Amino acid sequence: MEQFTINLLFVGASFALYIGIAIWARAGSTSEFYAAGRGVHPVTNGMATAADWMSAASFISMAGLIAFTGYDNSSFLMGWTGGYVLLALLLAPYLRKFGKFTVSEFIGDRFYSPTARMVAVICLIVASTTYVIGQMTGVGVAFGRFLEISNTAGLLIGACVVFAYAVFGGMKGVTYTQVAQYVVLIMAYTIPAVFISLQLTGTPIPALGLFSETTSTGAEGSVYLLTKLDQIVTDLGFASYTEAHKDNLNMVLFTLSLMIGTAGLPHVIMRFFTVPKVSDARWSAGWALVFIALLYLTAPAVGAMARLNITELMWPNGTSGEPVSVQTIETAPEYDWMLTWQKTGLLDWEDKNGDGLIQYYNDGSEAMAERAAANGWEGNELTNFNRDILVLANPEIANLPGWVIGLVAAGGLAAALSTAAGLLLAISSAVSHDLLKGQLTPNMSEKAELMSARIAMAVAIAVATILGLNPPGFAAQTVALAFGLAAASIFPALMMGIFSKRINNVGAVSGMLSGLIFTLVYIFLHKGWLFIAGTNSFPDTVDGSLFGIQSTAIGAIGALINFAVAYGVSMMTKDTPQEIKDLVESVRIPAGAGGAVDH
Amino acid sequence: MAEQTKAAKADSDGAGYWAANVRIILVSLVIWAVVSFGFGILLRPMLSGISVGGTDLGFWFAQQGSILVFLALIFFYAWRMNKLDREYGVEED
Repeated sequence: MEQFTINLLFVGASFALYIGIAIWARAGSTSEFYAAGRGVHPVTNGMATAADWMSAASFISMAGLIAFTGYDNSSFLMGWTGGYVLLALLLAPYLRKFGKFTVSEFIGDRFYSPTARMVAVICLIVASTTYVIGQMTGVGVAFGRFLEISNTAGLLIGACVVFAYAVFGGMKGVTYTQVAQYVVLIMAYTIPAVFISLQLTGTPIPALGLFSETTSTGAEGSVYLLTKLDQIVTDLGFASYTEAHKDNLNMVLFTLSLMIGTAGLPHVIMRFFTVPKVSDARWSAGWALVFIALLYLTAPAVGAMARLNITELMWPNGTSGEPVSVQTIETAPEYDWMLTWQKTGLLDWEDKNGDGLIQYYNDGSEAMAERAAANGWEGNELTNFNRDILVLANPEIANLPGWVIGLVAAGGLAAALSTAAGLLLAISSAVSHDLLKGQLTPNMSEKAELMSARIAMAVAIAVATILGLNPPGFAAQTVALAFGLAAASIFPALMMGIFSKRINNVGAVSGMLSGLIFTLVYIFLHKGWLFIAGTNSFPDTVDGSLFGIQSTAIGAIGALINFAVAYGVSMMTKDTPQEIKDLVESVRIPAGAGGAVDH
Repeated sequence: MAEQTKAAKADSDGAGYWAANVRIILVSLVIWAVVSFGFGILLRPMLSGISVGGTDLGFWFAQQGSILVFLALIFFYAWRMNKLDREYGVEED
């Protein structure tokens, strides 16, 4: 059977499964649409949270970014898991006790101010929309590959599928569908990794294989996988894999920004509203991280092993031998993946010096200049290797059976779809529940509320698709910007709302606004206004940036500004009223948590 | 009079529960920061003497160890807090 048919079968079967579950558990009332009647077990909820959480950024993009950078991108691993500690310790149990449906409802009530609620809604919409842009980038890559069409066409088709899918059901449909999606995506991620780890190191657990010796024995006997990788990438003039090349300040701020952002993103926090009890909210965060860790512990192995495989395919005779020839790429079956990926426009090569060979090396490295001159090389000839294709191409690169490749295509789509659906739900509930029903038209009917929720979804996905055509970075980098925005705006307000009785309405509003505006302006100054390329005032590098801090790391500073402004302004203005102090007291104690109360 | 004492006691108990909770959170967050920002990034040069599978302990903490510690922390906190709820009698029915 052809690979295209196999991919179609796997993707089709997994979609049929999700849609079947969505129909079976279709949301009827508004409360079911948002929070699934709070009947979800912590383990089930943990699994659904994991599916919701692990998006195109984690599944499709992250290992590729680690593969081509090595240690420096460990921030993604620590940041996107460490945030769960903040969520479990600082937010989840209290927000569950509070017992409302959305994050902005908490902010509106705690800071006794419709303005605070509006500002929170705006912050959520800005962060979630940025996040969806990153997802659409991933959706484009996945659809482009499995339909064997260009990235742009893949993105447009993907957008329609995501929209149809998100409109189908609310949270309840989504919760059980996401359990199915989790199972598909974790199998799709780990099965090829196990195969590759066995091939390269003989160890079936990729996380252990990463630190094992390779099975192929060289002249000096067996070597560790990471030692070998360091050796061959530095041979080609690339930065070593395991050493640090980024300054500590940027790495710490970037990690922190991802962590705080994790605890400030609405679609994840909303999950903790759906467990029956406060104690379940604590366990739920743990279970979510268990299911997330299965992928995150595997990802660095996937990255390192893929980098090794790719480099060895480009240099089949060793890094000092003759590189692969154009003819081999075009004819040998183990290079088929290069031809299929070339169709998406995300992978390309060019024989610049016309010697019939493809030299893959770092042409920016001074050490390589001499060797290049001596051999008549005219620059790196693997001209384009989009980081976002690495995970999807990985099983093909390692020459794994066709069904594994089909499974990975289904998994990548599951990851992108589940998160995009969760985010669209968060955006639509922010618009229809908080903005329209909560503020502008309080008397609207349930039917009108559901309709406006769906219109909001359509608008959000249209905006994300347009911006996703020219994304501000690889999927995971765009998503990292969304985390910075959530970190700077939402998390500080939630945390101060629980841990301080003194922070008042004026303080919270000025804190959120200054955090959001500072971070958004800083990102736009480096990435271009509204992410439109060329409109940036500073280059997006550490040295060229305004404060020597990369735009992806600025969220942590934004959060500090938010805390400081909120504290300062609160101290200078009137203390919070007694009923707010009582509200904070009651949120801190689990006893008396009932079902959700709507306004 | 009796009612006042009862209210005061409930108040101080609530405060005691919250203070105990904040203490557990602080200890957990110190560990959280030490394994990630510490061992994984800032203290990595200090740990470079300890080699792990072709690299050093700091690299392992950055890509594996910190995640495992995060997991342990969340489960510890859930277990400890559910126990604390019962000690102070503030658990749900």
